Formats: sequence, C-alpha cells, structure tokens
Amino acid sequence: MSGVSWLVPVILSVISASTPLLLAATGELVTEKSGVLNLGIEGMMLLGAIIGFAVTLTTGSAILGIIAAAGAGIAMAFVFGVLTLLLLANQVAAGLALTIFGTGLSALIGKSFVGNAVPVLPKLNLPILSSLPFIGPILFQQDALVYASFLLLVLVGWFLYRTHAGLVLRAVGDSHEAAHAIGYPVIAIRFGAVLFGGMTSGLAGAYMSLVYTPMWAENMTAGRGWIALALVVFSTWRPARLLLGAYLFGGISILQIYVQSMGLPIPSQFLSMLPYLATVLVLVLISRDRSRIRLNAPACLGRPFHATG
Amino acid sequence: MRRRTFTKLLGATAATAALGRFGLARADEPFKAGFVYVGPVADFGWSHQHDLGRQAAVKALGDKLKTTYVESVKEGPDSERVIRELATAGNGIIFTTSFGFMNPTIKVAKQFPKVKFEHATGYKRADNVATYNIRFYEGRYVQGVIAGKMSKSGVVGYIGSVPIPEVVMGMNAFIRGMHTVNPQGKIKLVWINGWYDPGKESDAAKALIDQGADIIAQHTDSAAPLQVAEQRGVKGFGQASDMIKFAPKAQLTSSVDHWDEYYTQRIQAAMDGSWKTQDIWGGLKIGMLHMAPWTNMPDDVAQAAQAAQNGIEDGSIVIFKGPINDQSGKVKVADGAQLSDDDILGMNWLAEGIEGTLPQ
Amino acid sequence: MLLRLEPRGHHSIFWTYASPLVALALTLLTSALVFEILGRDPELALYTFFIKPLVSPGSLPELLVKASPLILIGTGLSLGFRANVWNIGAEGQYTLGALAGGGLALLFYDSTSPLLLPAMIVAGALGGMAWAAIPAFLRTHFNASEILTSLMLTYVAQLILIYLVTGPWRDPEGYGFPQSRMFSDTATMPILVSGTRLHLGVLIAFIVVLLGWGLLGKSLVGFQLKVVGQAPRAARYAGFSDKGLVWLAMMLGGGLAGAAGLFEVAGPVGQLTPQISPGYGFTAIIVAFLGRLHPVGVLFAGLLLALSYLGGDAAQIDLGLPSAVTNIFQGILLFFLLGSDILILYRLRLGRRREQPAS
Repeated sequence: MSGVSWLVPVILSVISASTPLLLAATGELVTEKSGVLNLGIEGMMLLGAIIGFAVTLTTGSAILGIIAAAGAGIAMAFVFGVLTLLLLANQVAAGLALTIFGTGLSALIGKSFVGNAVPVLPKLNLPILSSLPFIGPILFQQDALVYASFLLLVLVGWFLYRTHAGLVLRAVGDSHEAAHAIGYPVIAIRFGAVLFGGMTSGLAGAYMSLVYTPMWAENMTAGRGWIALALVVFSTWRPARLLLGAYLFGGISILQIYVQSMGLPIPSQFLSMLPYLATVLVLVLISRDRSRIRLNAPACLGRPFHATG
Repeated sequence: MRRRTFTKLLGATAATAALGRFGLARADEPFKAGFVYVGPVADFGWSHQHDLGRQAAVKALGDKLKTTYVESVKEGPDSERVIRELATAGNGIIFTTSFGFMNPTIKVAKQFPKVKFEHATGYKRADNVATYNIRFYEGRYVQGVIAGKMSKSGVVGYIGSVPIPEVVMGMNAFIRGMHTVNPQGKIKLVWINGWYDPGKESDAAKALIDQGADIIAQHTDSAAPLQVAEQRGVKGFGQASDMIKFAPKAQLTSSVDHWDEYYTQRIQAAMDGSWKTQDIWGGLKIGMLHMAPWTNMPDDVAQAAQAAQNGIEDGSIVIFKGPINDQSGKVKVADGAQLSDDDILGMNWLAEGIEGTLPQ
Repeated sequence: MLLRLEPRGHHSIFWTYASPLVALALTLLTSALVFEILGRDPELALYTFFIKPLVSPGSLPELLVKASPLILIGTGLSLGFRANVWNIGAEGQYTLGALAGGGLALLFYDSTSPLLLPAMIVAGALGGMAWAAIPAFLRTHFNASEILTSLMLTYVAQLILIYLVTGPWRDPEGYGFPQSRMFSDTATMPILVSGTRLHLGVLIAFIVVLLGWGLLGKSLVGFQLKVVGQAPRAARYAGFSDKGLVWLAMMLGGGLAGAAGLFEVAGPVGQLTPQISPGYGFTAIIVAFLGRLHPVGVLFAGLLLALSYLGGDAAQIDLGLPSAVTNIFQGILLFFLLGSDILILYRLRLGRRREQPAS
C-alpha cells in the first residue's frame, strides 16, 4: 500500500479545505430549500470563528468554543430571520447587510484576541479502524467537526427526503401559499431552517479558527462563505451533489498549490483560477437537464411570505 | 444635538482644515503625526509592527506629540482620500506604510507642501516626501545559514507573497546563506499572490512539507505556516513579528520589523524643523531589523547564526557578492563583483537552487 | 398575536419617503448607544460619522467620487434584478472593463489624440459586457445559474488582473512592482472642479441615472424587464423573449460596471494595479436594493453608503475608533433601512385579527 501513501497527506489537506465549505453549505441548502436565500454566510462564519476562538482561549475548552460558535451563528441568523421573515425585508440585501455587520463585529471583538493561539482541535482516533492503512488516517482520524460535516449532510439528506417534516419544509419552499393553506406554519418552519443555517455557518467558522489555522485574523474566512453559497447553487439543492461540489472545489484548490510547488512553468495565477473554472464547467454540464433543476429548485426561493388568510 | 455645540464643531472643522491646508497647527497644540496602515493593527505582522513603532514614538515624545492612525486602508482610490484627510486634519507628518500608497502620497504631497510625508517601501520622492525601507534580505541570509545547518532533507519550503524584487531579493539572499553551509540546499517556492491569507498560507505550507521540505520560510505575514510547521514537527521562521507564541517548538528565529527609533527620530526632526527628504534603507546594522532570539536549535547553529548577523553588521559579509548564477545557470554576478543597491532593488531573477517560477 | 401586520393593499406614498427617515433616526439612536459603549462622546461621534463628511471642506467632492461607481453599477444591477437576473459578478465585469480600457491606454501610450479617452470608455463598457456575456450565454444555452457563474468569474477576473500587472503589462520603470505605467494625460479622465478629484465619470453617473429612470419608466424594454421579473408566465404569453431580456439585463449590468471600472482607473487611480476596486461590485448590490431597484433610489442609496465610508474614515481619524466601526454602522444602518420598509406595504396593528364575515 505504500505506493500510494504519499496521497494520504494530500487527501488530508483536501478534507481540511473542503470541510468549512461543506458545513456552511449544508445549512444554507436547508435554508434555501425552505425558500429563504441567506447571503450572510460569510458574516455568520466570521462571528462563529471569533466567538469560537475567544471562548476556547478563555475557557480552555474547545467543546465550549464550538458550542459558542454555533450559538453565535444562530444569533446572527436570528437577526436575519426577524428582518426577512417577520419584517419582510428583501432577503438579498438583508443577507449582505448581515455579512457586513458580521465582518465588522467579529473584527471589533477580535481585537482583544490577537497574537494568541489555541491548541488545534484534537483528532478523534477511532480505535482499531484508525490503524488501517491508507483509509485509516483519512476516514478514522479526523476531528469532531469533520465528522460533524459528514453527519450533518447525511442527516439533512435523510431529513429532507425521508421524513414528513422534511417534505413539509420542501413544500414550504416550493409553494408557501399552498403550504399555508394546508395549515403549515410557514414562518416558523422557515425560521427554523434559517437558524439551522446559522448554526452550521457558525460551526464552519469555528473550524477555521480552531482547526484550519488555530488563530484569529480579521476576515480569515477570505470569501469561503461566498463559495459555500455558490456550492449550494452548484448542487442544485441536492445533498449528495453538495458533497461533490465542496470536495471538487477544495480538492482543486489544494491540487493547484501542489502543482505550483512542482515547478511547472505555468503562472501561479492561472493555476489559482482552476477551482473556479472547474466549478463553472461542472455546473454547466449538470445544468443542461432543465427538468432536473426544476424538480429540485425551491420555487419560492427569495420570495417573502405574509399570511393573508 | 444642541445648536451651539453643532455650530462650534462646524467652526472647529473648518478652522482645522484651513490651518491644515497650510501645514500649520496652533502653537499651543501638540504636533500631530498620522499613520496609514494597509492592514489591521491586529494582523500581528506588518501593520502591527508599524503601530508598535508609532506607540514607541508616543512614549518617547510624550505630550508634545499626538498621533492618529487609520487602519485597513485599501490601496487604490480610497487611500488618496484618507491621506488627504489626514493632511487636512492638521498632521505635520504622515507615514504611509505600503507600496501601493506611493502615487496617492505623491499626489497629496503636491497639494500640501508644508506637510512632510514618509512612504515605506517605495521609490518616488519629492521635497516633502521621503522614502524608507528595511533590508529584509539581510535577515533572510541569516535564516538561510540556519536552514543550511538545520535541514536534514536540504529542502526549504518558501511561501512567496507577490513576485516583486523585495521578495525575490529575500529568496536569493536566503539561498545564498544556505549555500554557505550546504551548497546542495534547495528552495521549493509557492506563490499565494497576496500578503496575508492564513488559510492559503497554511495550505501552501502543508504542500511544501509534503514535498519534502523540513524548514518553512515565508514572505507572507501570518503565523499560519509556522503553526503548520509546529503541527507537523518541522521548523520554520517567523515574519515581521516574533511568532514564538504560535510555534514554541518550531520557530528558529523571526525577522522582526523595528520602526521605533526611526519614527521617533523622523517625527522629532519634523517637529524641530530639521526634516529633509531622504531615502533610508536600513538593516541589521542600524537596528531597523531585529532577529528574534535563536530558539529550538543547538548551540553551534546559534553561534553560526550570530556570526552571520555580526558579519553583515560589520560589513565583512557581502550578501550579493559574486559569483552568483540564476536558475538557468547563467552568470548574474561575476566572481569578485557585487551588486549595487540599484541592482538589488530591480532584482527580477531567481538564483540557482530555487525551484519555482517568476513571471517576467 | 398582539402586534401584527396588516396589508395596506397599496404602496403608502407617505411611508415610501418616511421610512428611510425612521430608519435613520433609529440608526442614530443605536449608534449613540454603541458609541457610548465604546467610550466615546455620542454627540461628537454622531457628528463625526454622519455630518462631518458633508461639511468638511473638500469632503463633498470626495463623497461624489466614492459614490459614483456605486451609482453607476447599482443602476445597471437594479434593472437586471428587476428581471430576476441575478448578476452577482459586477465586480469581475468592473475589472474587465478597467483592463480593456486601461489596456488601450497602455497600447496607445504616446498618443495625444482626443479620441483616446472616448475609445477607452467604449472599450471599458465592452470589456464589462464581454465578461457578463459568459454568464448570460451559460444561462440561456445551458441553463446554468448566473449567480454561480458570474460570482466565480469575479475571482478569475481578479487573477487575470494580477497576472497582467505582474507580468506583461508591468511598468518597465517600476522596479518590478505589480503595477502598470501611470496613464498619460490624454488617457486620464478630465477633472470637473480643479483642486478636487471630481472627474467626468461622476457626471456620467448622474446622466446614467436619468437615462435608467427613463428606460425603466417610459420604455417598452423597461416594462418588459419589470414584467419578466414579476410574472414570468405572463411575460411569455405576451411574447417577451426571456432569453433576450436575460442578455439585456446582463449587458446593462456588465456594460455599466465595465465603464465604472474604466472611470476609476483612468480617474482617481490613474493606472492598473491589483487593487483597483475596494469591492464596488458587491457594495453596488446593496445599493441597488436599498434604492428599491429604481435608478433614483440607487442615486440616494449610493450617496448614503459613500457617506458611511467617509464617516468611518473620520471616526478613525478624529475619534481613534477601529476600522471595524465602519462595517458595524453600515450593518446597523442597513438593518434599520430594510426593516422599516415594511411600513410601506403594511401597517402595524395591535390586537387580534377580527374574523371577517363570509361574503
């Protein structure tokens, strides 16, 4: 097996790069399936990152830090929910406002935590399984948040397509008028979906500041929230495709750095373009089937709902 | 807001602006110095060190000085506005601390002839615009010596920021230092096309370590590569500030930017009228560059490092003295010749031993 | 529900104009509170943040200079958003416009022809349109969402810019730094008021607002854009080509963004560098929505947002507040502006909804 053992660190790097994208995008997928477009992922991630870091640093407990980060994401999502679901504000603008606010608030809080480091989130070694060659370190020696990213995606897939509640949520996203007529609490369901999205974004932020680069730096998410948003669109709102998208993007981002360090005479800027171009290309390929998209796109995405009867 | 307070504030704004236009301040007021930072003071790197310098000047000059800083000023159209606002606000000297502020600084300086401007890392000057910079490459030579002694694989992973001469000369100095100890030493180079992106820097460090590097060097500003080095059990060098806190077992030393004395002296000169435009490129000798304490290395390596530093300071070591070849083997500096400051400032070729590309 | 919203059934004209004032008042109150928490005198802080940029000498032209790209891009986006065409990539189109027009300036560096600048402006608009054509094509031919494609292309555009100014277009006398040569005087936007940075692009932005207003309100095309956004089926029955309108929306957005890019590099910046945009393309999205997707609204929203940037600078300079304050106050301002808009379509009522008798 040693012939491919050099692949292991590469795959580990890819998992690292893809996890925050997967976490944030999973929550946004649920949010969008319920009919709400939340462009505030970047802001929620940043607040999650600083709160997670700050709590971990001051209490010494990463678990508390992660919970606090999830809470921070939920708090931001709550503000968004009030604005868009109760006050019927435009969702695009409200999401952008959330990003701006989150960027500023996290920077303000972060000033007191600069120049500090926390121990990186420990890996959970599953007994016996983690000693397996090749797949051992890849699948069974990851930290809690990586496992959470897969678990959440599976749960979301199961929830949306195998439970009654998930069906209701999808119905709300497809036709909120009809859902309301049947008697489903549209606003409450959407609110729940939005808060869930906030939670995963908070967790994604915590991953950045506790695992990826265990420190705080202003704007450390560096646009990953936007990539997560694009990935939800890429996935045509289907969880399995979301996994593909996150790992496609993360994988190519890492691969292009390896290619650079091999010394090939390709300008680094062109190599850096690869993840973005690859995503567009794959999207074009999978979008050609119009009917598939229509089946999965929440028809009421972005449209405000107000009960009138 | 009460009308009288409002009117008072309006009046004060206009008055300060009018005085500022002529570079004057009221006699009883403290001298004002302004600082423009390209990143947040909280970056624990480039801008952070500049702010430490500002704080040192405040401490040294006490009540006579009042400073202002504006952080995270993006290079581009916004920066000119900010620099002008500082000039209008009555600052007698303004430090603009990033290359991209060069043309805006020159433009504003033309409109405010009585205000002194100091631009870091640039090359355009005027009667009221001075330039200042640090010979970072000296520190990298010393790092190269250490790397030559410490690296078992003989491969150093180098995280480049932006392909400009400052970065290129740093890399070339590094490999020169390394070759004095290990002539077979190599640098593997990755560009992240930016100065500060912890995530990308971390990815680059991992990739370089996976490709056999057991020492990490960087020209980027965050502590992320050192953290990766710490996690992976390899060693590395910090950048701009002492990053030992982030990598207690991995940091060998760090090139620390030290602006304290420079800022204090220049502000003092502006205050007492002796300020003149100049171009300063200081290094280890005059103390604008400090090396963080030698750590995580055996005594003989520490001695070699210190010897290298001393040699640069007393002039016995000339970093860019020939023979030096570029990557393709072509002779760039003949045997016995040495590069002038101008040659170094325009350096656009990578020395032998560096694996990586440089856009032409 | 003790407090509920009751639809008015129409747009309240009163609240259309009053809601931003309510929002402003709430923002001022919250800001005062935040300043208090940060340990600053609220009165002074409010003055510095909101008033000073308007009255400080030389500040007003700077306000217009900062607002004009936002207004230009926002106008284009607002028309497109109405048609449900989500051009998130205006930032990339801005960059390509700057490259196209700037490239012309570098190519004809020694020219003294008065046609150079107009040619650059046209090139800028075309450059932006070309970049927007990619998402337009991918949407009309492959049904690929323009949200993703236009967004991904902004990153590609930025990398192209970095590649060009680091390599082929680099100033040979620039000591190897990633920047192009400074544009010659013939290739620079004329200044309208000497001593300021107020350039021709600012005037053009205002003209574009008027043109956009006309287009939206008075032309068939404007009507089509509105209908295809609000009632796509009806639009199809009426024979409006939705593919054609997608193209129109993207071309408008791309062209104006590209022109804005050219105005900036031939104006305040004066050359091509990697940092030619502080995020105008994204901020313009907010401006478009704040302006309620109407060119005149976009004008005011652009000015307001520009004010918040200048206020943030002043807060740093005069009060020693950190740069994060700018984003925080922009966020608060936006939250209140977006929240109070509800009063236009709904009224607040206390008490339970009374059962309507069946009719």
